[in-house]
Amino acid sequence: MEKKRHISLSVWPLYIWTVLFVALPLVYVVVISFLQRGDTWGVTDQVTIDNYVKMVDPMYGSIFLETLAMAVLTTALTFLFGYPFAYYVCKLPARLRGVMILLLMAPFWINSLCRLNGWMILLKSNGVINSLLLNLGIIDEPLKLLYNFGAVVVGMVYALAPFMILSCYNSIEKMDWSVVEAARDLGASAWKAFVTVTLPLTMPGVVAGCVLVFVPSMGLFFISDLMGGAKTVLIGNLIRTELTAARNWPFGAALSMVMLLATVGIIWVYKRVSGSKSLGDLM
Amino acid sequence: MENQALLRLDNIHKSFGQTEVLKGISLDVQAGEFVTLLGPSGCGKTTTLRIIAGLETATSGRVLVEGKDVSALPPEKRPVNTVFQNYALFPHMNVFKNVAYALTIRRVKKDEIRQRVQRMLELVQLSGFDRRMPSQLSGGQRQRVAIARALVLEPKILLLDEPLGALDLQLRRQMQVELKNLQERLGITFIYITHDQEEALNMSTRIAVMNEGHFEQVGTPEDIYERPVTRFAASFIGQANILQGVVEEKAEGRSRVQLEQGGTIFVNEALEPGTKIAVSVRAERIDYAKEAGYGFQVPGVIERHSYIGGVLRTTIKLSGGQELLITGANPSSHYPDGCAIQVFWDPDTAAVVERS
Repeated sequence: MEKKRHISLSVWPLYIWTVLFVALPLVYVVVISFLQRGDTWGVTDQVTIDNYVKMVDPMYGSIFLETLAMAVLTTALTFLFGYPFAYYVCKLPARLRGVMILLLMAPFWINSLCRLNGWMILLKSNGVINSLLLNLGIIDEPLKLLYNFGAVVVGMVYALAPFMILSCYNSIEKMDWSVVEAARDLGASAWKAFVTVTLPLTMPGVVAGCVLVFVPSMGLFFISDLMGGAKTVLIGNLIRTELTAARNWPFGAALSMVMLLATVGIIWVYKRVSGSKSLGDLM
Repeated sequence: MENQALLRLDNIHKSFGQTEVLKGISLDVQAGEFVTLLGPSGCGKTTTLRIIAGLETATSGRVLVEGKDVSALPPEKRPVNTVFQNYALFPHMNVFKNVAYALTIRRVKKDEIRQRVQRMLELVQLSGFDRRMPSQLSGGQRQRVAIARALVLEPKILLLDEPLGALDLQLRRQMQVELKNLQERLGITFIYITHDQEEALNMSTRIAVMNEGHFEQVGTPEDIYERPVTRFAASFIGQANILQGVVEEKAEGRSRVQLEQGGTIFVNEALEPGTKIAVSVRAERIDYAKEAGYGFQVPGVIERHSYIGGVLRTTIKLSGGQELLITGANPSSHYPDGCAIQVFWDPDTAAVVERS
């Protein structure tokens, strides 16, 4: 009895923290999403579902679709780039492996806005890449590398690739390579062995990586803001605009709720697919 | 060409960085043989097997199968299959798919795959286990799946890397018999790795005793046991007593030897007087009594007797201090501890393992 009470006491701060900073704000958002917008600022006490009905508008539909497309593309690209990278790192000697992972993590210590600015310096019309190509005489006028869909994809992939790489790395590192040798021994070429054995066995890492990339890629707004030149509007941007410039809190809240439900849905699918019991398995 | 070997290892060397793991291995294996590589861990037997399989490339030397050099071929192109030490079953495939893997890769027709897999599963007595996942099988069952999977292509040579190492003793004995039967029935050549001498002696047609990257001796189990040619081969297999001495007198087909430990023995080999030799005698070949036989003069004292199941194990201390280990049926009551006796053996049963 004594022990039980002791444990529950030590867990209290966690409960308080969760209620204060997760549950209450969430309730607040839910409530606001069902209220009417105030004339100049804030909300009135009028309950309504207009904020949700409004989303059926094709304009918002296309934003949802574009967000989804961006998330799918980002996830696919991070996988195509991240998996081979993780595989390669796993094949390095142990000492080099640590260095590579450290290098991979290092940028996290730098503010992501600074890192994006670096990309902009590279990509802008009088930026590093364009000046280089111009000076080498390969092109006559600067290429339009920034402020388009492609630039946003580059920013997204850059920002989220480490999650995919680390997740794949985790799975590939645990591989029992004798199984691959068995496949080769039984007549599979290196590629065949990869497709029939290595890839299926590292699937948990791939799926986890996809969730870790897909979910945030739907909500990141500053990348499309900075690198898309406000031409690429994703849900994240829309929510931001509604909450700040448009001062339409209820609609912003309603959009957030939809995003939240979509995310929960994806994680639910992940849990069904991977059969994992806790979200901790994601990392 | 005379009697071409099915498998030939031609002077194989292998180094990992600075470490030389194989120091020139040569071996001819005939079709239908059961050859065991026997040696302590780290002696290079697994590396040898991996080089035959193509999972490792030799630094120099060649691997020939039916006279054809396969040294440059990748593992999937070699007519050999492997049963891995830890079985290496595909954990994401059920038993059927594991066994069918090699056939699926070769795009064999579905019907034929089903037939051949069923036949293999019958062979290893696992019919009806098709849908089980490897994680749902016992160690012995996994072992059988690994064997079925490697045999499904009917390879000319099957490589087995300590296939019974992870099984308990009873299961191991049973599997030894089954494997031997299987090999005889299918007529496939087995190259078998073990560090268990009993396993090697009772299964093999020939044994290659390996030590520190080379073969100490290659021969039939009887050769290896009764006529070891090196000190290592003698002491690694069975319970050997090794005695050092100097040849005193040479006669027709035999020599008299003065032991370092005191005493004289005879060996059935004509050696030049003055040659320093080491003689190996099996524990069960040594006899002792009040009066010596075969003209031996090796006095000793009974140190202790102990029973190990069916036989009596006796330790005898020679006058020079060396202890001899003897297993046999001499009644301990006639020769109590501390009793002075003479030690002797039939010179035919001893082997000279060193001469210089």
